[in-house]
Amino acid sequence: MHNLLIIVPICGIFILNIFLKPFRTILAFCFAAVIFISQIIISLFYASPFSLDALSSVVLLCIGIVSLASLLVTQHTVPDETKKFRFINLLITASIGMSGIVMVKDIFSMYVFLEVTAISSFILIAFDKNVEALEGSFKYMMLSAIATVLMLSAVALFLLGSVDMSFDAIQKSLFQSNNALTTLAVTLFMCGLFIKGGLVPFHGWVPDAYMTAPASASVLLAGIVTKVSGIYTLIRVTTAIFGFSDIVKNILLAIGAVSILVGAFAALGQTDFKRMLAYSSISQVGYIIIGLGTGSALGIAGAVFHLFNHAIFKSLLFVNSAAVEKGTGTNDMQRMGGISSKMPVTGFTSVVGILSVCGIPPLSGFWSKIIIIVALWQAGRYPYAVIAILASVLTLAYLLSMQRRVFFGKLKDGLDGLKEAGWGFMIASSLLAVITIGVGIFSPYILSNLILPIKEIFIK
Amino acid sequence: MTSDMTMNIVLLFAMTVSALWAVMARSLLKGTIGLALTSAIITILMFRLNAPLAAVFELSVCAGLITVIFVSAISLTKPLTHKEIECAARDRMKRFIYLPVIIVIAAVVLYYLRIPNYFAKAIMGDTAIDVRTILWGIRHFDIFGQIALMIAGALGVVILFKEANK
Repeated sequence: MHNLLIIVPICGIFILNIFLKPFRTILAFCFAAVIFISQIIISLFYASPFSLDALSSVVLLCIGIVSLASLLVTQHTVPDETKKFRFINLLITASIGMSGIVMVKDIFSMYVFLEVTAISSFILIAFDKNVEALEGSFKYMMLSAIATVLMLSAVALFLLGSVDMSFDAIQKSLFQSNNALTTLAVTLFMCGLFIKGGLVPFHGWVPDAYMTAPASASVLLAGIVTKVSGIYTLIRVTTAIFGFSDIVKNILLAIGAVSILVGAFAALGQTDFKRMLAYSSISQVGYIIIGLGTGSALGIAGAVFHLFNHAIFKSLLFVNSAAVEKGTGTNDMQRMGGISSKMPVTGFTSVVGILSVCGIPPLSGFWSKIIIIVALWQAGRYPYAVIAILASVLTLAYLLSMQRRVFFGKLKDGLDGLKEAGWGFMIASSLLAVITIGVGIFSPYILSNLILPIKEIFIK
Repeated sequence: MTSDMTMNIVLLFAMTVSALWAVMARSLLKGTIGLALTSAIITILMFRLNAPLAAVFELSVCAGLITVIFVSAISLTKPLTHKEIECAARDRMKRFIYLPVIIVIAAVVLYYLRIPNYFAKAIMGDTAIDVRTILWGIRHFDIFGQIALMIAGALGVVILFKEANK
């Protein structure tokens, strides 16, 4: 049954490209919208035949929502009809790759779908084919290739002791042969995933890729691609295969804390809107990793909840940055100001997004951050809990500064004719803002029905 | 030396030659064919070593998918002039002339180091698994992944090369 989420989009792409020539762009748009909306509905109400467990359902839901937002933005950012058609095809293949990663319980299949996602992402980043885009794509491709080599080497080492490539078989073999070779394999695999997730010190590709990609590709990349290919996979393999030894926990906590701090400090000094959001992403992903690093059921639930929230509010901020870029023609925040008066929907939803990133109650980001901090405290990891709290203040500082420079104050000269960038932007940002507010207000319901079931999977 | 081992050594030698051809061939198309041939020989070796699962993937991904994508990309490039071909061939020879020599030296060194050339066969279950079972029974989900990879690769060729060629 779960194959349908892969087979239907593949068949759709074939039909669109081979049989349907007239009106194919509009048909591709409608088809992609139906696929993504179906994925949202399935993961909310009919998840069990399609997903492995509660963790898969949450991530499938994120993939559906963010892909839909990216599709809506594509309507206004890719003007040429043929290019738009191809872009939508790539969005669908990226979504196939991500859904595949979420649905497999075999490390080689995971690798295959990681490659589907990665190749679609390289092309999406380089889509405009200008020098910056090609450079951003090239950096991502090179680091991704290194990650692939590390992960495949680890898989080869796993296979020395395992009878097949399923998570269960590898886990059994790791427990039976706990030696230097298995430690090396685990380290290699984790390093590969750190690169894919853009964590410090493997984050070199993130700012360039996010900044140079077309607007709708940035939404997809920052919103979900790195979360699925780096963070979901890390959560999955850590819980299903590696387990939480003290070394694994300490590595995760250290990498998470460093990512939080480096991302936040780097974001402070940025003047480019998208680059600031890229560094902010690195910092927020750090929160997910320290939540995972607690090794407790509560910490992992908090990590997955923050993964979900971050996918939503970071997509919202990237949609808004794309709308501002389309209106002003620049990403330089020094050339912006007072935009809120001309773009009220973008301005308001942006406030919702940044307050949620900073962890202001009652928005969604508050609940996931508080769960992570409580889990850190319960695990006796006090310094990391303090880092998480203080970094929230830093986040508030750079994001409020961004909001003031871009949206508040006096309207900058030359921006008098500015207006909302289009219906696609407004629907996408309103939808994401509503989810951010809704998840915050109904957090007890969301936690008990969507997030806390994840704990059950790991309490073994 | 058993006949099994002799066959394996012959295949390894053929694989080395075709890999060298892939790197040193004058035209990109011939290089791609050399690469596909190398993969095909590796596939045979894997089948002979009782690793049909790895063999199927080597055949479908390396010999099949990657060759299709390479040939599609090459078909969209502009042909070189005769002078450019000469120049590129000279350049390639300069860069790779030492490669066969290095391989021969490495083979001689390995021979004198007396590293055992024993080909361990992979441990199989009670019955040999048929390719169809592997493709449609055990690894069918990967096949969809490979189809998606092929689509992404084809889209990449069209978006990044075909339009640039125009």
